[in-house]
Amino acid sequence: MVIDTRVCKKHEPCEECIKACHHAHNVPLIPNKKHEIKWIWKEEFEHAFPDTAHEYLDEYLHDREFIVLCNHCEHPPCVRVCPTQATFKREDGIVMMDMHRCIGCRFCMAACPYGSRSFNWEDPRPYIKNPNPRYPTRMKGVVEKCTFCTERLAEGKLPACVEACKHGAIMVGDLADPHSEINKVLREHFTLRRKVHLGTGPSVFYII
Amino acid sequence: MLEKALVGSKKYWALVFFLAAVFLVGFFFFLKQLKYGLGITGMSRDVSWGFYVAQFTYLVGVAASAVMVVLPYYLHNYKEYGKLTIFGEFLAIGAVTMCLLFIVVDIGQTHRLFNVLLHPTPHSMLFYDMIVLNGYLLLNLICGWTALHAVYKGTKYPDWVKPFIYLSIPWAFSIHTVTAFLYAGLPGRHFWLTAVMAPRFLASAFCSGPALLLILIYIVKAFTRFDPGEKAIRALAKTITYALLANLFLFGCELFTAFYSGIPSHQISLKYLFAGLYGHMKLVPWMWASYALMLTAAVLLVIPQTRNNLGLLPFLCLLVVIGTWIDKGMGLIVGGFVPNPLEHITEYMPTFPEVMISIGIYAAGFLIITVLYKMAISVMESRGLI
Repeated sequence: MVIDTRVCKKHEPCEECIKACHHAHNVPLIPNKKHEIKWIWKEEFEHAFPDTAHEYLDEYLHDREFIVLCNHCEHPPCVRVCPTQATFKREDGIVMMDMHRCIGCRFCMAACPYGSRSFNWEDPRPYIKNPNPRYPTRMKGVVEKCTFCTERLAEGKLPACVEACKHGAIMVGDLADPHSEINKVLREHFTLRRKVHLGTGPSVFYII
Repeated sequence: MLEKALVGSKKYWALVFFLAAVFLVGFFFFLKQLKYGLGITGMSRDVSWGFYVAQFTYLVGVAASAVMVVLPYYLHNYKEYGKLTIFGEFLAIGAVTMCLLFIVVDIGQTHRLFNVLLHPTPHSMLFYDMIVLNGYLLLNLICGWTALHAVYKGTKYPDWVKPFIYLSIPWAFSIHTVTAFLYAGLPGRHFWLTAVMAPRFLASAFCSGPALLLILIYIVKAFTRFDPGEKAIRALAKTITYALLANLFLFGCELFTAFYSGIPSHQISLKYLFAGLYGHMKLVPWMWASYALMLTAAVLLVIPQTRNNLGLLPFLCLLVVIGTWIDKGMGLIVGGFVPNPLEHITEYMPTFPEVMISIGIYAAGFLIITVLYKMAISVMESRGLI
């Protein structure tokens, strides 16, 4: 996935991708910040890229909002630590969650260096205002996160966030295919990835 | 042999019923937690492990520390520990049971716990933790029980148990090493990402566990005719001293690496714990208290006159137990989560139900220890050994 943050900047405070994702996946809106569930959300540069940020950062970058989500890492630490393989990497590289197998030990949350995972500290259902009947809701006591819309990909559709973005800021494609459109975009732009030095191989790229 | 635990004085039964009652109160709060979810605790999206996991970590150390009496007795034939060994092993049984209970209450979907067995995952450290902890419980049950049974029968322990005793020695080291590996292998949690995590865990375990054992022995000594002997107590006090010094030394190594290198990510959790970050300083008084207690204990334990003062020793042990408990049971786990991976700060304090559930588990563990110790004392009394 490539996110063109220049496009996002132009259309602030657009939140279409977040709204579409959270509605499509029945992500509850819990007012207590400690119990919050989020699959995709906004962060400032210094929080999205804490090891790249510095005090002389230009204002243009400093004030920009960055969309963050699961990085679907090449070497996902969450998958390494999960004691039940409830979180696993698919052959296409997507890091998936089986919420029916998850025991709720939250080892994956401790392992994820991007804070991409949420735990259902309480029953999420009362907090889903307008449920989407085509996607399951979760129960308390399990971990969840962005699944790269595997349910939509299976139907040949694009992920909900990509489809929702009217400005074309989010692109997805096959990194393994050197001739793919996404590889062309990556060759032509300067991009950042979050915390590459940890060796996780994040698959979400940011055009700055 | 168990019949020995079924007869006892009024004081014994009062203690048994008191601990059982506290356990039931904790259980009541656990039922509430099952109904509402883990949101009943102080944990959050940012601090996703808290008091339960911290108590688990501390108690794995207590369990492992039985090796500090088992090793000298069985490997070096240090006869002074003859009477103490069974108490060490029984303390380990109580401690491991508490560890397992703390894991049970920390799981979000309790009834799915056995998914860990159903889908064994050798690349997860929790898989090995499950094996070493349950194995250690079994080993201590076998070794402690047969050793006491031999006393009961007036014989020497059978030969078949020897391999289990020898196995229990490296196994004790393994339980705390694997527990340290739960934390020390996670990218992005710089506070835990340190090679001295396992050695430091062992050092803190080998001072806190024997200190707790000595306190329990002093209590047993006050109420029964049991006396492990001055030599045994003094020897164990030396073990506590050296382990405490090693623990403080390893913490010093952490400080050096973090602050001499000047790398902010290595310092930030330490700064949060000892100085606070942007006004967030809930744990600061705790951490300073912890290190003040450990340092005071270290100084007084190093000085032979105070260490060998058997009236003062249980209080020094108390300083060690409280100091190491705050360090591991409050600071270590929460420190790894503050700040979060996006460098936001969410603080943590356990809630009332969370503390009650934890106290309930401690009551269950000490109930087991009480019953086992009573059995051991009665068996020794019946054989005229004390």
